[in-house]
Amino acid sequence: MPDIYLDNNATTKVDSAVVDVMIPYFTEQFGNPSSIHKFADGVARGIKHARSQVQQLIGAEHDSEIIFTSCGTESDSTAILSAIKAQPNKKEIITTMVEHPAILNLCEHLEKEGYTIHRLPVDKCGRLNLEAYKKLLSDQVAIVSVMWANNETGTIFPVVEMAEMANEAGVMFHTDAVQAVGKIPMMLKDTKIDMLSISGHKLHAPKGIGVLYLRRGTRYRPMLRGGHQERGRRAGTENSASIVGLGKACELALEFMEYENIQVKAMRDRLEQGIVEQIPHCFITGDLENRLPNTTDIAFEYIEGESILMLLNKAGIAASSGSACTSGSLEPSHVMRAMQIPYTAAHGTIRFSFSRYNTMSEVDEVLKVMPGIAATLRKLSPYWDGNGPVANPEQAFQPVYA
Amino acid sequence: MWDYSEKVKDHFFNPKNAGAVAGANAIGEVGSISCGDALRLTLKVNEDTEVIEEAGFQTFGCGSAIASSSVLTEIIKGMTLDDALKVSNQDIAQELDGLPPEKMHCSVMGREALQAAVANYRGEEWKDDHEEGALICKCFAIDAVMIEEMVWANKLRTVEDVTNFTKAGGGCAACHEDIENILERVLKERGESFNPDAAPIETPVVAEKKPLTNLQRIKKIEAVLDSLRPQLMADGGDVELVEVVENTAYVNMTGACNGCQMAAMTIAGIQQRLMEVLGEFIKVVPASQMPKLVTIQEASHA
Repeated sequence: MPDIYLDNNATTKVDSAVVDVMIPYFTEQFGNPSSIHKFADGVARGIKHARSQVQQLIGAEHDSEIIFTSCGTESDSTAILSAIKAQPNKKEIITTMVEHPAILNLCEHLEKEGYTIHRLPVDKCGRLNLEAYKKLLSDQVAIVSVMWANNETGTIFPVVEMAEMANEAGVMFHTDAVQAVGKIPMMLKDTKIDMLSISGHKLHAPKGIGVLYLRRGTRYRPMLRGGHQERGRRAGTENSASIVGLGKACELALEFMEYENIQVKAMRDRLEQGIVEQIPHCFITGDLENRLPNTTDIAFEYIEGESILMLLNKAGIAASSGSACTSGSLEPSHVMRAMQIPYTAAHGTIRFSFSRYNTMSEVDEVLKVMPGIAATLRKLSPYWDGNGPVANPEQAFQPVYA
Repeated sequence: MWDYSEKVKDHFFNPKNAGAVAGANAIGEVGSISCGDALRLTLKVNEDTEVIEEAGFQTFGCGSAIASSSVLTEIIKGMTLDDALKVSNQDIAQELDGLPPEKMHCSVMGREALQAAVANYRGEEWKDDHEEGALICKCFAIDAVMIEEMVWANKLRTVEDVTNFTKAGGGCAACHEDIENILERVLKERGESFNPDAAPIETPVVAEKKPLTNLQRIKKIEAVLDSLRPQLMADGGDVELVEVVENTAYVNMTGACNGCQMAAMTIAGIQQRLMEVLGEFIKVVPASQMPKLVTIQEASHA
C-alpha cells in the first residue's frame, strides 16, 4: 500500500488542478502585474479573479477586503501590529492560551514592550468561558485575537459570537482561521469579524501564500510599506502564480465543502472510534461536539508520541504529535497543558488530520497497525505492567528528578 | 523528523534488553515526566565480583531515549560496577553514532540511571546535580540553565561574555536574542541593566578563546578526522581533508562513504564534532562543492 498521509493540518498536497493554473504564470505570463506590456496583461486579471475566488469562499462583501500576504503568520502579525499602531493609547490584547505560536510568541514579545496580554484559559475539553471573556472587554483593549479552530484538537471556538461581543464593546476582532477556512462554511459579511488570516498551504494551495481579510472601514496600518500593491496595504511585488493557485484552491474548497463535512468526517469518525474501541487507555482530546470534520487528536496513555510517530512512519503512515520530543522543547504541547491533560497522556498525543485525498481503506490500514504499535511501546514503558498501567502510575514510578 | 543515525533507529526498532530484569539487585529510576522521558534501569550484579550480569530497561520516551537506554544496557553488560561508572553520556552517544543536540539529554539520562542504580546497589543515596533548561545554543548544545548559572556565577554582562564562558552563541549566532533575554532577566534581578555595548568582563577564567590561525585549525581538523576514522573504516569508508578556506572545511568521503545515502548525515556529525573540539563555527562541505580553483593562465584568458 502506498504511504498514507494523515498530517493535513500541518500542510497539504497541492491539488493538481491548482498546479495547472499556476504554470502559465511562471512561463508565459511572468510579467510584473504593474507593467504595461503583453507579458503582464493577463497577470492583473488573474490576480483579480483569484481575489474573487477567495472572496466567495469566505463570504466577504467586497473583493478589496482580500489582501494577499506571504503566509498565515504574516497575516497574523499584520493584523495585531496594525491594531496597536492604529490605536496607540490602547495597551491590552485579549487572546487564548491555545493559539498558534504565530500569535502567542508575538504577544509575548509585545508583553515585554509593555502591553498587557489576557490569555483566556480553556476547560478540559478545550472550551472558552465567554463570561470571563466579556469581563475583559474594555476601551483599553486594542484587539481580540482568537483562532477559529485549533490546529491540534480541531476544536472550534465561537468566534462569530465573540466578534459580536467585541464589536458591542467597541473592540477590534481578529481570528486566525488557517485551519478553519475551506473546512467549514463561513459568511464573513454577516459577522462582525474585522480581520481574518488564511494560509494557502492548509487548503491544497502552495506554501508561501496567505491572505489577510480586512473588513472595509477597519482602521489599518500596513506592516510592509513600499509600492502600491494590494492598494498600498501590503507592498511588495505580487506572488502572482501562488495567488492564482490559491484562488483555484479556494474555488475547489467551496466545491468540496459538503464532501469535507460528510465523507471526510466519516473517515475521521471511523478512525477514532476504531482506535478507542481497540486500544485500552486512550482518549480523544478537545470538544468532541464542536470540531473540524477532518481532525482527531488521540492521547495514548503511558507511551510517548515521537516513538509512536517513528513506528507509524515505518508502517508508511504520517501523522503528528503534541509531545515535547517531537519539537525539541521541554514541555508537551501548550494546548494539552492548557486542557490539563496529565503528562503521561499529553506526551502520547497523536493528531490524525484528513483531507479529501484520503480513503476508507487507508483508515482500515491505520486501524490494523495502531494496536500493535501501542502494545509494543507499552511493553517498554515503566508505567505499564502486563495488561494495564501499574497501580497509581504517578506514585509507583517516581524518578529522582522531577 | 530528526536526523537519527542508523544505529539509533536500529536500537529503537529492535531494542535490546527491554523489560525489567527478574531478581534485580540494583535499580535506578531517573527522568522527568513533564519533559516526557523517564527510565528505569534494572541490573543483576554478581555480589562477589561486582560484575553486571544482566541489565534491563523500561523507558517512557522518544526514539533516542529508547535507543540510548538500549545501547546503555549493551555497553554495561559484563562490566564491573566501577568500570560501568566510567561510562559517560558521550560514550553512549558515540556508540549510537551521535545524537542531535536537542537529544543529547537522552544520553545524559542513561548515564544518570546507571549512577542511580549503582548507588541503589551500594545503599547510597544518589542525587541529581543537574537541572536541565530549554536548549538555547544548538551549535554547542548549551541550555538556558547552564547559561543562567554562568551569568550569575561569573557576573557576565554581554553576549560575548557568555560565549567566552560557555561557548553558547559562538557558532551560527542565531541564539543571540535568547542569550540577551537571559542576560536582561538576570541583570535585572541583580539590580543592573543590560547594555549590549558594555565592555567584556575582565580575565575570563574558564576559557580564553584566541582565534585559531589557519595552520592550527587545519592541524586540529586533521586530528579530529583521525579520531573519527576508525568508525568510518569499520563501515568501509573514509574521509579525506581537501582544503580549508576560512571556516569551511572541504572533505572527500571515500570508500563506502562515497555516494552513500548517509554521507550527508556523517558530514553533519563530523561538523558537530569539529565545532565541539575547535570551539568555533566550522562548516563541513563535500569537496565536490568547492569553488573551482582558477589558474593564472585561465584567469588571464577570462
